[in-house]
Amino acid sequence: MSQLHIKSNVNGDDVEFLCEPEETLLEVLRDRLNLTGSKEGCGTGDCGACSVTMNGKLVCSCLVLGVEADNSKINTIEGMADGDKLHPLQQKFLDHAALQCGICTPGILVAAKALLEKNPSPSETEVRYWLAGNLCRCTGYDKIIRAVMDAAEEMRG
Amino acid sequence: MKYVAPSSAEEVSRILVGENGISKILAGGTDLLVQMKSGLIEPDLIVDIKKIPETKEIKSMDGGFRIGAAVSGSEVKDHTGLNRLVPGVVEALDLIGSTQIQGRCTMAGNLCNASPAADCVPALAAVEASANIVGPKGNRKCKIEEIPISPGKNSLKQGEFIVSIDIPDRPPHSSDAYLRFTPRTEMDIAVVSAAVALSLTKDGVCENARIVLGAVAPTILFVEDASETLIGTKLDEVSLQKMSDQCEAACNAISDKRGTISFRTEVSGVLAKRAAKIAYKRAGERS
Amino acid sequence: MSPLNNNSQARQFKVIGTRPPRPDGIEKVTGKAQYGADLNVANMLFAKILRSPHAHAKVLSIDTSAAERLDGVKAVITSKDFDRFSSGQPNNILENSIAHQKVLYDGHGVAAVAATSDLIAKSALKLIKVKYETLPHVTDVDKAMEKSAPIVNKGYVLENVPKGHSENVTSYFEFGHGDLEAGFSKAEKIVTRSFKTEATHQGYIEPNACLASMTPDGKADLWCCTQGHYNVRAVCAEIMGMETSQLKVTASEIGGGFGGKTLIYIEPIALALSLKSGQPVKLVMTRDEVFKATGPTVSSSMDVKIGMTKDGKITAGEAKLRYQGGAFPNGTVEMGAQSAFASYDLKAVKTQGWNILTNRPMQAAYRAPGAPQAIYAVESVVDELCEVLNLDPLETRLKNAAKKGTLSSYGPTFDDIGLIATLEAAKNHPHYSAPISKNQGRGLSCGFWFNFGGDTCVTLNVNFDGTIGVTEGNPDIGGSRASISQMAAEEIGIAYEKVRTIIADTNSLGHNEITDGSRVTFAVGLATIKAARAAIKEMCKRAAMIWNIDEEAVRWENGSAIPAGPNAGKFDPLTIEEIAGMSSQTGGPIAGHHEVNAEGAGVSFGVHLVDVEVDKETGSSKIIRYTVFQDAGKAIHPSYVEGQMQGGAVQGIGWALNEEYIYGDDGKLQNPGFLDYRIPVASDLPMIDPVILEIPNPGHPYGVRGVGETSIVPPLAAISNAISRATSIRFSDLPMSPPKVLKAIKDKQRGNG
Repeated sequence: MSQLHIKSNVNGDDVEFLCEPEETLLEVLRDRLNLTGSKEGCGTGDCGACSVTMNGKLVCSCLVLGVEADNSKINTIEGMADGDKLHPLQQKFLDHAALQCGICTPGILVAAKALLEKNPSPSETEVRYWLAGNLCRCTGYDKIIRAVMDAAEEMRG
Repeated sequence: MKYVAPSSAEEVSRILVGENGISKILAGGTDLLVQMKSGLIEPDLIVDIKKIPETKEIKSMDGGFRIGAAVSGSEVKDHTGLNRLVPGVVEALDLIGSTQIQGRCTMAGNLCNASPAADCVPALAAVEASANIVGPKGNRKCKIEEIPISPGKNSLKQGEFIVSIDIPDRPPHSSDAYLRFTPRTEMDIAVVSAAVALSLTKDGVCENARIVLGAVAPTILFVEDASETLIGTKLDEVSLQKMSDQCEAACNAISDKRGTISFRTEVSGVLAKRAAKIAYKRAGERS
Repeated sequence: MSPLNNNSQARQFKVIGTRPPRPDGIEKVTGKAQYGADLNVANMLFAKILRSPHAHAKVLSIDTSAAERLDGVKAVITSKDFDRFSSGQPNNILENSIAHQKVLYDGHGVAAVAATSDLIAKSALKLIKVKYETLPHVTDVDKAMEKSAPIVNKGYVLENVPKGHSENVTSYFEFGHGDLEAGFSKAEKIVTRSFKTEATHQGYIEPNACLASMTPDGKADLWCCTQGHYNVRAVCAEIMGMETSQLKVTASEIGGGFGGKTLIYIEPIALALSLKSGQPVKLVMTRDEVFKATGPTVSSSMDVKIGMTKDGKITAGEAKLRYQGGAFPNGTVEMGAQSAFASYDLKAVKTQGWNILTNRPMQAAYRAPGAPQAIYAVESVVDELCEVLNLDPLETRLKNAAKKGTLSSYGPTFDDIGLIATLEAAKNHPHYSAPISKNQGRGLSCGFWFNFGGDTCVTLNVNFDGTIGVTEGNPDIGGSRASISQMAAEEIGIAYEKVRTIIADTNSLGHNEITDGSRVTFAVGLATIKAARAAIKEMCKRAAMIWNIDEEAVRWENGSAIPAGPNAGKFDPLTIEEIAGMSSQTGGPIAGHHEVNAEGAGVSFGVHLVDVEVDKETGSSKIIRYTVFQDAGKAIHPSYVEGQMQGGAVQGIGWALNEEYIYGDDGKLQNPGFLDYRIPVASDLPMIDPVILEIPNPGHPYGVRGVGETSIVPPLAAISNAISRATSIRFSDLPMSPPKVLKAIKDKQRGNG
């Protein structure tokens, strides 16, 4: 097992790391880069807790190899706020009590941000289907959907 | 385990031939990484094809399209031309997994994984798509349905891999549709599925039909008699019911944790009917 | 101040009932919050557990030598490594985590490895050679009772278990009162039905994880995601032969528990590996390990018989409950037998429960353990009677509803309870009278859960600037830190923002009962209020000192000490900031604390109303509309009360429609993953409308009732009743997955139904 040297860009910062070929991007983020905001809920792409964007596309980082991050732009939950200014989605989640235990929250926020960047005016159904890959066991999704729709409205200005 | 990312198709073929251990192609990785995590596969070599230009493109070709093997579901979903020509294929691919999976999964990967429940295979077969294969002995083309030979096994030889998938042009007044049954609205593997591709005369009479069922046999089922039943009709209720019964009769399903034999069989007919109606409506709207 | 403030309903609250932001919110929306698997320490090793591929087998030998020789492996353990700490008594928690002479279920832990990387630990597992002698297995609850069934685990049969069953039946419970025979003879219609439910899993998104650091002097630090770190300390200390004070457990943020993280599965293993290797050890379960080797619910087989008069009075009710909870005994069926008829005021009622062992993992609570199954059965039969007798299901519930003074089916007499209020709220809600369409059915169900108090310790410190630090010992699984801060702020009369509540490690407080039983807002709230009152008493004493008057002449109002009456003297109020600022000069820093085994918890009733549409050609069900009515006593933070109601309802929806443990004939679990263990996704659901009722609990200063568990109880029957009415077919087994529903529809069409 010989590790590969990877150059990537995470949340706007250039990073370099070594990793085994079989390590996933999620493992690299959490164990090599100390970005533990993305979570492993299942490791098989069924829960969305590890969601990040890679070159602008929403993906499950547990289904991407770390080596594939070479020359790529990765965005995680840690890059969502702007310094001390929360992203409107983050603020609305707090306002609407759209989290209980919070373990699914990073993945859902990353996914919701990707949705609003593609479709600034989604219907409730569109939000639900876009977020179908993000499992939440605590909230029943009600307050999450309300928070996303409210953030969308605020972001439309 | 080794990982390589060659920049040409021929190089991929050479590397595959030279590998004595288990080698796997990586495009979207949404099947491969899951199988690696469960311990089902322990590859010695992973060959990432995403640096090969022709695997990342969607090209217009003679009224149809050539879709690179590493083109993701989300790119297909956003492609206006494909949506117009083969909405059934697009919706089939779109049904695979979540938005996150769509950011990575590919038609070619879905095809080569050879699951009996693969979503895009029935839809691709219904529109007579074909696969472009690069191998040590040169390039070849084959029909989509020739790729999966049994659950988990495809017909590619050592050194071969799919570089793109061709969807041919369709006659006027043609369209397709794909429906699948899952217990939840998303995130499930198809319990049973049906793809229907129709071509109509300008008066709305069906002159060609291809009905392909999924997840009711070890590989997809092209139901010839059900397809013929629709020809010459405007999909009246009697013909649709006969077609549905013929679909049920063709099934060779199993009972497993996702469904029973009787459930899959009965619902195959229901889905074929519903998909046929959708394809008919879409075809009627196409010039 | 009287501890039981019966004027809580009349009291005007300033902070209680508002919706301030939660203290841990920003950490959670930015990814900073640290959960069980998020902590890394220097020199840390990674652990993996080898698990049995057999449902039932003797472990003949385990050869770990090749694994031990692998480069990077620092320790390998089996159950033998715990023998030196053993008191001689069997320890079920330990044996469920790591097999002793036998493996008892598919996925039962057999050995464990700690290595310098995850990959090396995984490779090491492959080098461990285990010789098994497979044994016959049994996973079905009814089959396990038969005299011919393979015996899963000997020696657990209690004396009161009636004869005639296999040794897998380990305990028996009976509740009720009145003359059943007379009751049934008065009925004008009797319905008897049998029901079956399959095991479900809490499905928390965070897999169990811990980090243990143990040294040869017998001290250890443990970080883990748990619902009760004091319980973790007690159990692990016993297993590891440690004094309680030598083990310090810190609870991480927890990514869901719902009862599943009240048990211990991996912590002793991590501790033993840490001791043996001399390094800290991180152990994280994979998702399929969570399904196979943590605690799902029981599965059940039940018979219910209810008699009713033509005008809707229940004359008698009887339930027989058979629950299996895996390879070790548990008491869940007792709670099922207690709760089955709890919503009703009955003259004649009898419930019986049997606990049965099977080759499955040790069960754990999943919100309201035992009640969802039993109440599903009872509420289905009540609904069937209503349908057959052409009676309104809500009116019929009202006619028979338990109320203050009712002798409950499980013994106690109810005080103030909220069932009738929730039923009336449902009756008057627009959902109940809204029209439904073709292929749709409307169903309802009552639900109930006891709450309890238990050991609770809270310390409240007043900082020099007049702000408050509250230290409590209950992991926050639903937003409780906000509610606790609200109660402290309310009691002291200061702004919410001036209070910070943390959950301390086990060294910082006395024992705290697990976060379960819907107890935290009630018990920790109660202790917080009492701790606040103690601090207030001390601050009044300091004010008296400063004013040089008697302590009794000072009282507290709106965050300040004031003279109690005109005779006390003319003094301007002394604010908490002023008193705290002078505290070093008046005796020292000011604090209040309270340690109690809290009593006075009040039961929480709920009613769920649901409209379901059934696709009769495929058997697929869709939830069209869902309303939850529940009595919270007093909703401290309404958003978090709503969250509990909505969350529990959706868990119940998944349980009713799709979730189940699927075992093969080989006794192996076929769906240990989120792909085929199907929990609801966002696109499956509509909004869930919560209606909070407030019938104060006299046992809490503000009237609080625990709400966390009740809401998983009504959905099962509510949805079953809705589907039954949509299809005119009675269903009696869960989940009502499409193949089952379609088969029933087709059977009925063919005349076999």
